[in-house]
Amino acid sequence: MTKKQKKRLRRIILGGSLFLAVTLLKALVPLPSLLVLLLYLIPYFICGNDVLLKAFRGVKNAQMLDENFLMSIATIGALFLGEYPEAVFVMLFYQTGELFQDISVGKSRKSIAALAKIRADEAFIQKDGELVSISPEDVTVGTEIVIRPGDRVPLDAVVTHGTTSLDTSALTGEAMPRDVFEGDEIISGCINLSGTVKAKVTKPCSESTVSRILRLTEESSTNKAKYESIVTRFARYYTPLVVLFALFIGVVFPLLYCLITWNFDSAFFASMFSRALIFLVVSCPCALVISVPLSFFAGIGDSSRKGILIKGAAFIEQLSLCRAFVFDKTGTLTKGVFKVKEIHTQGITADELSELAALSESYSTHPIAKSLREHYVKQPDLSRLGKVTELAGKGVSAVIDGHTVYTGNAKLMEMSGITVPEINCGGTAVHVAKENAYLGYIIISDEVKPDSQEAVNTLKRMTGAKTVMLTGDNSESAKAIAQQLGIDEYRAELYPEDKVRVLEDIIGKTNGKVCFVGDGINDSPAITRADVGVAMGALGSDAAIEASDVVLMHDSVSKLPEAVKISKNTVRTVKQNIVFAIGVKALVLILGALGYANMWLASFADVGVSVIAIINAVRRKK
Amino acid sequence: MKKTFEIEDLCCANCAAKMENEIAKLEGVKSVNVAFLTQKLVLEADDDKFDEILAQAAKICKKIEPDCEVIIK
Repeated sequence: MTKKQKKRLRRIILGGSLFLAVTLLKALVPLPSLLVLLLYLIPYFICGNDVLLKAFRGVKNAQMLDENFLMSIATIGALFLGEYPEAVFVMLFYQTGELFQDISVGKSRKSIAALAKIRADEAFIQKDGELVSISPEDVTVGTEIVIRPGDRVPLDAVVTHGTTSLDTSALTGEAMPRDVFEGDEIISGCINLSGTVKAKVTKPCSESTVSRILRLTEESSTNKAKYESIVTRFARYYTPLVVLFALFIGVVFPLLYCLITWNFDSAFFASMFSRALIFLVVSCPCALVISVPLSFFAGIGDSSRKGILIKGAAFIEQLSLCRAFVFDKTGTLTKGVFKVKEIHTQGITADELSELAALSESYSTHPIAKSLREHYVKQPDLSRLGKVTELAGKGVSAVIDGHTVYTGNAKLMEMSGITVPEINCGGTAVHVAKENAYLGYIIISDEVKPDSQEAVNTLKRMTGAKTVMLTGDNSESAKAIAQQLGIDEYRAELYPEDKVRVLEDIIGKTNGKVCFVGDGINDSPAITRADVGVAMGALGSDAAIEASDVVLMHDSVSKLPEAVKISKNTVRTVKQNIVFAIGVKALVLILGALGYANMWLASFADVGVSVIAIINAVRRKK
Repeated sequence: MKKTFEIEDLCCANCAAKMENEIAKLEGVKSVNVAFLTQKLVLEADDDKFDEILAQAAKICKKIEPDCEVIIK
């Protein structure tokens, strides 16, 4: 608790005990009415002095609809009507509510601020054999910094010396430490766990990962959700309206009534006035105004702890409304690394075929060639290799042991007059032939990330939304992966610019919001175009962080269902709070107008609802 | 120009909404956001009159909630 909060707590305890003491005393000993008033005034002023003072200043500034002013009028009115305990209680309870609100808002503010702690205050450089601490802002790009175990990485850099493991949990929510070696990139905000490393700074402080993330969270409050604006608009009319009603019930109506009936009954006046005061007590829309942004804030806090950055309440709201999830394939659902999956041979062994393929592709830089060489593992004997001719878009022909070996796709085989079997399986087929004898084929495909399938299933189960996969790959491999993952639709053989067009098509056909998930490297246009653009594992990519609405810090798509779940829970809480707060207030207003409510109930409707709404907003949702 | 300022002791959510509403009415203000939760004022206004507008905005905040203070660095 802060000093201010402690002070308030002391006042509440002191005021509360005096209030009880006076009430008890009055019940035991008959006291003259004036003395009772004086005794009650002590806790009244202890609890309400600041409210009264603020009310006074509010009047001076012509802020008549200020909650302090209305609260003061209500309690002073109650004192006039002889409702002493009520007046004290309203103040006491109001203060309790304020304290509670202060503490819980402070708490969730801290949970976001915890993220701000990922900023390191100092960087170390070596100067004349000694470590010197300087502010990260003063470090220029290219400077070599020293990061000791226990230090936070102050700036984005590349390791030049040493190895270590990094705790990336503050950024990614991933508990597993990451090992880094010379030449590896390290990002600011991670904690160095084991060894001292030297690293060369690659970006100035203002563009480091940490700075970008912090800017993002700071700006998140400006992207307001629809609910927030509805609530603030409601609040703008609610207070004046309730106060007008209060004036009508407390003053205008009784006056008119008396003038018409010509019957001046002071008890009637008092009763109507008392009803008006109840209106004033519930006239503050604070429960609503605070609980809605607080719910979103808590949602953003919850997700940031899991390595999901959401750029504002608006996107929590939209994420909860998504009816279609569109994924980029390579790098998002799959690892983006090609691997040999199957080998089919005719007349030779799989190992021999693999050797021939690896040998032929010895000089190629194509990812498929790389995967063939990796699969063979052994170092092929290059002395056997003669002339190699690369045929773009087809493959290679290489002379091995004096024979021409063709390695490539069906087009290459056709060109060489070799017939190939019909292949119906996902992936890319690499055929191998020696002179004019067909030897077999190797199926190469991109590997699916281990958590992709579960992520897709969970999303479908949770939202009932459609899932679509976009890829530049051929139809066969797209189909295989879509089937394997249970994705509803796929669009293959797309160029990067086609993706936006296809996405727009999906947006047009979907009755609801559309979310696009990409790895952020070449998907920025689609990420920008989607209602909710999600960039994955985008810590290194500036463009993606700028373009996206949600950033999954860790390179796994399984964070997406978590984000959707948080968004759904948050929106549900917001709805609950709106219905609850407006419902209770409306009920008390109706009861109050009819004379069935009293100050105690009104006080509950004001403060109690606030407290319950706040608890609902900040509680951890399962 | 768009700048962010801290607001100290902003302690009423409804007041923040009121401030935002009032500041938005100032001439030359392009966008404004008073965030109760982060205690921040994000003001976007014409460059040449920015300081003047900011001073007016701070005055509005003060009027609505006398205890709060916009930190102008």
